[in-house]
Amino acid sequence: MADTVEIRWHGRGGQGTVTAAKVLADACLTGGRHVQAFPEYGPERSGAPLKAYNRISSKELRMHCPVLEPQVVTVVDASLLDSVDVTEGAKPDAVFIVNTAKDPKEIREKLGAKPGQRVFTVDATRIALETIGRAFPNSPMLGAVCRVTGLVSLDHLLEDVRKSFGKKFSEKIIQGNLDAVRRGYEEVKEG
Amino acid sequence: MARVAAVTGNEAVAEALRQINPDVCAAYPITPQTELMQRFAAFVSNGKVDTELILVESEHSAMSACIGAAAAGGRVATATCGPGLALMWEMLYVASGMRLPIVMAVVNRSLSAPLNIHGDHSDAMGARDSGWIQLWSENAQEAYDNTIQAFRIAENMNIRLPAMVCMDGFIISHSIGRIEYLEDEPVRSFVGEYQPLNPLLDLDNPKSYGPLILTDQYHEYKRAQHEVMTRVKDVVLAVAAEFEKVSGRRYGLFESYRLDDAEIGLVILNSAAGTAKDVVDSFRERGIRAGLLKPRLFRPFPYEEVAQALKGLKAVAVLDRADSFGGYGPVFMEVCSALYPLAERPVVINKIYGLGGRDFLPQHAEEVLAELEEIARTGKVRVAKEYIGVRE
Repeated sequence: MADTVEIRWHGRGGQGTVTAAKVLADACLTGGRHVQAFPEYGPERSGAPLKAYNRISSKELRMHCPVLEPQVVTVVDASLLDSVDVTEGAKPDAVFIVNTAKDPKEIREKLGAKPGQRVFTVDATRIALETIGRAFPNSPMLGAVCRVTGLVSLDHLLEDVRKSFGKKFSEKIIQGNLDAVRRGYEEVKEG
Repeated sequence: MARVAAVTGNEAVAEALRQINPDVCAAYPITPQTELMQRFAAFVSNGKVDTELILVESEHSAMSACIGAAAAGGRVATATCGPGLALMWEMLYVASGMRLPIVMAVVNRSLSAPLNIHGDHSDAMGARDSGWIQLWSENAQEAYDNTIQAFRIAENMNIRLPAMVCMDGFIISHSIGRIEYLEDEPVRSFVGEYQPLNPLLDLDNPKSYGPLILTDQYHEYKRAQHEVMTRVKDVVLAVAAEFEKVSGRRYGLFESYRLDDAEIGLVILNSAAGTAKDVVDSFRERGIRAGLLKPRLFRPFPYEEVAQALKGLKAVAVLDRADSFGGYGPVFMEVCSALYPLAERPVVINKIYGLGGRDFLPQHAEEVLAELEEIARTGKVRVAKEYIGVRE
């Protein structure tokens, strides 16, 4: 990937999308890299569409504004595909990672992805239900982003998730999240 | 050894305050400053600092308690933003008039009405005449570094003035970025043991603060405040030089970015300067001699040094994230005052951007630089002051 990778996350309030962006930034600090993670600030409402952003670079990050031309677009809630244009500004070689049980080819068609763009899907909500027991798709999505972008190794990401979640949650929930990240990594597929 | 972390601007300043371990902190929460004090309060509750945290019922009371604690002889810190800073107004002047070296983080936020909690500079710009030193910060790293340096500047025995450290609300306060923390020990020895001056708690030597002074002495007192401000620049530079030895990071009165041979330039504060620097680079790649000046010390304003840095340019745009309605933007007025004594000076225009958290995008910097190119070529100014990024 390029010197600077810019990611846009689409989710709904309460799904852990902003947390996912934060964990990714933290995990990407390795190798002296510079990172940013920030949500689009607005009223915080459970269920409302939201965006969050990451920049990850080998160079100092000075840009302090939303990502307008993302290299990676992550859709944590597929119902947003009907109401938000998640392809807006995406680079000609952008990758899309969508949380859905549907086939990546079907999503590719729905997005109207350009020939140079790649579309991946992962059934993150089902994975979350099976591993964490609740519909928090952010951990499997992180695993999928890790696999598709190669920004950070799976082992390092798992270590970082343990560190980030360890402060707040019980061992059972941490273990569930680690399994969720691993399965997201393994089960993401391209269409 | 530096510790690298990915944290918000609020976390970074709270960490600086933990390392400095002030004697007293009186604060009242207000978005987007809340997280800063919430994190510092956790340090207090968890015994990470010895600070006496005073929870008060308003910002006016917060500053009043800070003034009392500082006059008593303690090292004092607080934080606020926007309407909270506005509510402190009366007490800001009391703090500086009593020459109390209180350090305050200001997480820049707009003022009502209409109600808006987002980043702009209206709060601190309104407080620029209150006799406080003002340091401005582009990102979390600078906010952290400026906080540490602010204690040394404010507490200097030749200065003894309160200082505010500004960073952009949400854009920096709530965004995660990479930061290099210093270890605790170097920060503590850099800031040093607090030296009280005329403490009220020195009961063997009773004294009074803030008595009534009528027409006989008030004028002289205010001249003394002006005089001490003229000494601040040298202290800021001396503290920066020492800080560089500890941190490896260099600070000045302002940042000059690719200005040496520039023909056109932007003057812009805080986070938007970062975005604009990337745009300056893209103009340079096209062979256009663009540069940027980012003020750091806004009060006192380094007029002579800013004039020297900008005098060779043909056209300059000063971008303000605050307005003086019916006047020009506050940074513009200072830059014009700095340049006016020069026989030959650049053409200067004023753009108002980003009020109430409106995004400052690369395209805005591009448009302004393109306009400056046109002015440099033709000498013609279309409009002296204009709002940019406006939805029509």
